[in-house]
Parts: sequence; structure tokens; C-alpha cells
Amino acid sequence: MAAAAFETPKLKEYPVIPLIQAGATSHLKPFVANETIQTNLSFPGELVDNWQEKAIAKMGELLGKYRSLRVYMDACVHCGACSDKCHYFLGTADPKNMPVARQDLMRRVYRRYFTFAGKYFPWLVGAVDLTREVLDDWYSYYHQCSECRRCSVFCPYGIDTAEVTMAAREIMASIGMGMKYSNEIIGKVHRIGNNLGIPEPALEDTLLGLEEDTKEETGVDVKFPLNVKGAEVLLITPSADFFSEPHVESLIGYAKVFHAAGVSWTLSSSASEAANFGLFIGNYEQMRKIALRIREAALELGVKRIVVGECGHAWRVAYSFWNTLAGIGDGASDPFAIELQKQLDHRYKQPMHICEFTHDLIQRGALQFDKEKNDDRIITFHDSCNVARASRMGDFAGGQFVIPREIIKAVANNFHDMAPETICDSTFCCGGGGGLLTDDLLEIRVKGALPRMEALRNVADEHGVNFMACICAICKAQFTKVLPQYGFDMSLVGGVHQLVSKAIRLGDK
Amino acid sequence: MSALSIVYAALFYIATAFFVIGLALKIRQYARTPSPLKIPLTPAPLTRAGVSWRLAREVVFFESLFRSNKWTWLFGWLFHGALLLVVLRHVRYFQEPVWTVIALIQPFGTYAGFAMVAGLAGLWARRFLVDRVRYISTPSDHLMLALLIAIGLTGLGMRFVSHTDIVAVKIFMLGLMRLSIQPLPADPVLLAHLSLVALLLIIFPISKLLHAPGLFFSPTRNMSDNPREARHVATWAAALDKQ
Repeated sequence: MAAAAFETPKLKEYPVIPLIQAGATSHLKPFVANETIQTNLSFPGELVDNWQEKAIAKMGELLGKYRSLRVYMDACVHCGACSDKCHYFLGTADPKNMPVARQDLMRRVYRRYFTFAGKYFPWLVGAVDLTREVLDDWYSYYHQCSECRRCSVFCPYGIDTAEVTMAAREIMASIGMGMKYSNEIIGKVHRIGNNLGIPEPALEDTLLGLEEDTKEETGVDVKFPLNVKGAEVLLITPSADFFSEPHVESLIGYAKVFHAAGVSWTLSSSASEAANFGLFIGNYEQMRKIALRIREAALELGVKRIVVGECGHAWRVAYSFWNTLAGIGDGASDPFAIELQKQLDHRYKQPMHICEFTHDLIQRGALQFDKEKNDDRIITFHDSCNVARASRMGDFAGGQFVIPREIIKAVANNFHDMAPETICDSTFCCGGGGGLLTDDLLEIRVKGALPRMEALRNVADEHGVNFMACICAICKAQFTKVLPQYGFDMSLVGGVHQLVSKAIRLGDK
Repeated sequence: MSALSIVYAALFYIATAFFVIGLALKIRQYARTPSPLKIPLTPAPLTRAGVSWRLAREVVFFESLFRSNKWTWLFGWLFHGALLLVVLRHVRYFQEPVWTVIALIQPFGTYAGFAMVAGLAGLWARRFLVDRVRYISTPSDHLMLALLIAIGLTGLGMRFVSHTDIVAVKIFMLGLMRLSIQPLPADPVLLAHLSLVALLLIIFPISKLLHAPGLFFSPTRNMSDNPREARHVATWAAALDKQ
């Protein structure tokens, strides 16, 4: 279905904080999940009759289960520090896209039902009943948040809107108002093994095709193994890497790195997906269930290491949550997690990011590059929100910023960072994260990309940058779609391992 | 013993009880609510000591706010810093003899009252002048600033305009601490000042003033970054592993 016509924002030379325009994007909302999609995930098929009562009960349950939500509902003082930090606000000027106002959509309801002031003096603290209008506002604006955590960087109390958005989506799904895009994809992961719904034979076929292509390109037998028992490394990568451009270029890059390093590796057809959309909908059980596929595949294949491909939120889940959810990591004291941890080789980080893997090899001098092969490119790096603000690479805080840049500099000669207030932990989301990468939300995706596009425009004009490297499947897909809207060529976006792939020397030529 | 003294003594006992018990219950609630997932905002410290340092920087310097908005930081920090000095200065009314450090703070604390009101005025101005902040301000946001400014102005009034019988006030306060009600001067400015302070104590645990304990319990700030090294599982989440 075609989205309603809208105007792409104009790029300005300097970022400007817009004056608020109430209701500017109140018309934007994703398709609601249908009955089949909902019931597949054990959510009610449609909005339940006593939805208001159910929603309040669910909110109470979540307040008891998540300290983040509990504290963040109370702690905000409306100081406004976050008010100009969200890319969706900067791109739309809709005041409900200010992080504080987005949180307040829930906070007002929280106050009404859970606090003394809101119960007895609602007008004083802006408390409101959970009416149908409020619920519709929730559905609209909690799907105009990519859970990127930029607001939390600037909040004096660290209030993380992502936590509030996740709780709101969890409440809405539990009363039958789930989101089609994310919930449909979660169903596919459970049914088929990956988000794109690629069955095993098709995957096998694709990988064989990649082997042929790579052989043709390099003359070397670089393998793309699937379901190989006893391999050293299990690679968990976003399924977009198998089929989408430019994603697949990075997959070829990983394969070349494994080949050049002489490390045996395998993909798994049952866990052929790094993405975990359970995060986006804030559902712990779904997130755990999806993570357990990785654990099962690792146990079945008997691998010693688990490496994760270029995917932002997947790396957040892998790095920050896999140990909790499925015991993939170190330091367990319970039988559930010890079982897998006994199998893994703890001389290495578990799980490990592909950038950590490659960087480690570069540091040890195990990889050689012809850097000039990337000389046609003037490169910048887009820090993906979930990698930048919700995970780490390497042994020190901030390694997630250093390691990908060091890889780029090791494989290419021309690198320029974008403006400092738009990179590292201040990075702007691509505009399509958090479960928003769907065409029914195209308008918010285009508008939300504005701050990143402005920063990119500046380095393109000043330094002639013609390649923006990413380490996230969602960033790559989103930019491919929105770059042309801002007058850029879509081939300007690609992966870090796409650059590695171009320059790496494969020894046995 | 005047009725006035009894009313104000009662008011302060009640306000203090609200403040202490209310805050303790809130802190207990925060402490008992689990954090099922590791969600420090990265780059985050890798160790507990690092986390303490991160929190200390937030508490003392308002580091994140500084990164965010220099005006809000300036007014906010000025207000909180001045408030601290003012509160410390007031400790002298609750002890005899007065500690040396409190005596030394006295001159600074006196003038900090002006800085406090100036900071509050700046924060309030933002609620009118910045369209984004105007949009998010509720009546309680304005009233909270009005309350604090009124406390500041009545205090400054007694110090610089119309002196109250401060010796009698101190005897009253010391009496409260020994459960013995002493006469309180019937000075309207003093009575207004004390009533407003009591009101502030009462609303503290049921208002946005909970940002004070909230900061210490904020998972994005108080968690260390070590999820690969140590398995972190909350009780309700661990139960899922046993199913």
C-alpha cells in the first residue's frame, strides 16, 4: 500500500531546533497485527472488551517487574533537557515526539491510577484517564520511537524512553493492539528460523551461489558452510545478510575473514537470524524464546565460539542479554547456563562481535590488506544506536566506537568522521530502528533520518565522502530507502565488512 | 504555651513523618523492584567503583545535563548548590553547640539564598520562554517552583528585611527535637516560611522531587557494563529457566 504523500524535510547547513507543531505526525501509525499474527504469539487477537482494566493491570505488573519503568515514571522533573534530542522530533516538530512528552503519554496514565496526586488532583499533575483517545496516541507515538536511547544520554537521571516505549508496546500487545510488522516477523522466526522467512533449501542454495560468486571474483574457494557439526565458530547474522543489498557484501567479507584466518565456521539453518524483535515489542518471554534458538543451535553443532554479524539491536541482545536469557557468556552458577558455558571456549569473549573478531586478527597481524583497493571511497562511519549506547566491543568502555573505525582505517585510506555531536554515544538513529522498518511508517522513517542526513551532507560537501559504513542490517536497509529522498545515491551505504571484503588478501591465491 | 506553638509543632512532626516514612517506602519499593536485564547506558563503567564515580559526577556536577543544555544546567546547578549551602546553614537551628563547619558555612549560606532564588527564577523563565518546555509544563511544575521561590524569599526577608526572633525560633526547634514544645514567635513571615517548608516535606515523597532518590536507582546509570563476564538474572526471570 502506498503511504500518503508527504514532504521530505529540507537539509539545512546547521541543525536547527524546530518550533513545535502540535499534531504534526498524529496521523502516523503502523498497521495493527491481525488475529492470526497476534494469536501466534499468544496475544489476544483483537482489542479485548475490558482493555482499559487489562492495560492498567498490565502496567501494574510491569511496574513490579522492571525497576527502570518504576523509577522513570516517578523521576522526571520536566526539565526539558531531552526535548531537542530525538531525531523524530527534530524531523517532525511534533511535540509528542519530544522524549519527555512521549514518556508523559504513559506517565499521565501512571499518575492517574498509581499515585496519590494523580488520583486526587489529576489536573494539578496532568494525570489523565486511559481513554480510547489516549490509547490511540500511545499506538501512534510509541511507534514513532526507535528505542535508540539518545534521550537517555542527556537526561540528568538517565531516564530511557526506550524502556517506556517497550512497556507501552508490551501493554498494547497484551490487550490485542500489537503491531503487525514486528509481531509478524517474530512469528516467522519461530516458524521458519529467520525474519525473512527463508527456508533451509533456499538458504543452502544462496550460500552455494555466494561460493561460486566469490570464487569467480577471487579465484579462491571461500566456503559458506551451513549446519556443520564440530565447526569452531557459529556465526549468527541478520538474515538480510543472505539476500539484501548491500548486506550480502558484508557476509562475503565475514567469510573471507574466516577463510584468511583459517578458522572453521558455520551458519545454522534453525538459528539463521541474529535479529531479535522481542526486544522491540518489550516482551521478555519472546526475546528469551528467540535467544534460546541460538543456544540450541550452539549445543547441537558443538561449536566453541559464537560470533555475531553486523546488526545493531541484535548485538545489543547478544552482548547485553544473551547471557541472561540463554546462558551464552561467562560466570553462570546455575545448571541451565553452565551446560552451554562448559562447551564454549572461554579464552575468547562469548559472544563476540564480528568486528571484535576481525580487529583481533588485524592486531595480531593475521590479516593482510590491499588498502588502495578502497581508494575510490571516501568513508565515514555511522554509529548504530544499539551498538553505541547499549553494548560494547573490546575490553574498554567505548571500544564499540574505536574498533569499527580501526578496522576501516586498516582496510582503507580515506576516512572522515561526521560532526562530533552526531557520532559515538551522541549518534543519531538511522530513523528505521526499533521495529519501524516498515513501509506503513515510511513518512516517520524519512523525517527521522533528517539529523543523520544533515551530518552526512556536511561531510559529503566538505570532504567528498561517498561511502557511509554501517554495522547494522536495519541501518543499511533504512538508508538504502531514504538516501534517495535526500538526494543521495543509495549505493553510498554499506557495511564495514564490505570494505574488509574489498581489501583483504586471501593467502592461497 | 500558645495554640500556635502546638499547631506548628504538630505540623512539623507530621511533615517529618511524611517525609521520612514516605521516602523510606519509596526507596524500599525501588530497591525491591528487580532489573531483569543489563541496561547500562554505554559507554558505561566496567566496575562497581567506576559506577560510583559515574553517579558521583551526576550528583555533584549534573554531568549529563551539562552535556544537554548549558542554560538549564547553569540554573539547575546554581539552585541545587545554593540549596545545599542554605540547608547546611539551617543546621545551626537544630544543634547546640553548633559544629564548627556549620558556623563556617554561615556567611556563604546566607548569600546562597539569593543564588537559589536566581537559579529558580531562571528555571521558571524557561517554562515560559522555551516553547518545548512550555508545552511539557504542568500546573504542578509551576507551583513547585513557586513554592521553592516563596520559601527562599520568606527566608531572605527574615534575614535581610524584617528580622524575626531567631533565638526563640532556635529554642522552639531544639524543643521539637526533645519532644518539648517551646513558644514560637507569631511573626507572619516566619510562619509562612515554616508552613511552606512543612508543605515541601510532605509532598516530597509523592511528587517529582523523587528524582533525588530516583537517580541512584536509575539502571541506565547505576549498572556496570559486564554482561558477558557475569550472568545477571532477576528472580522472576530465573523462574523461566526452571520450567
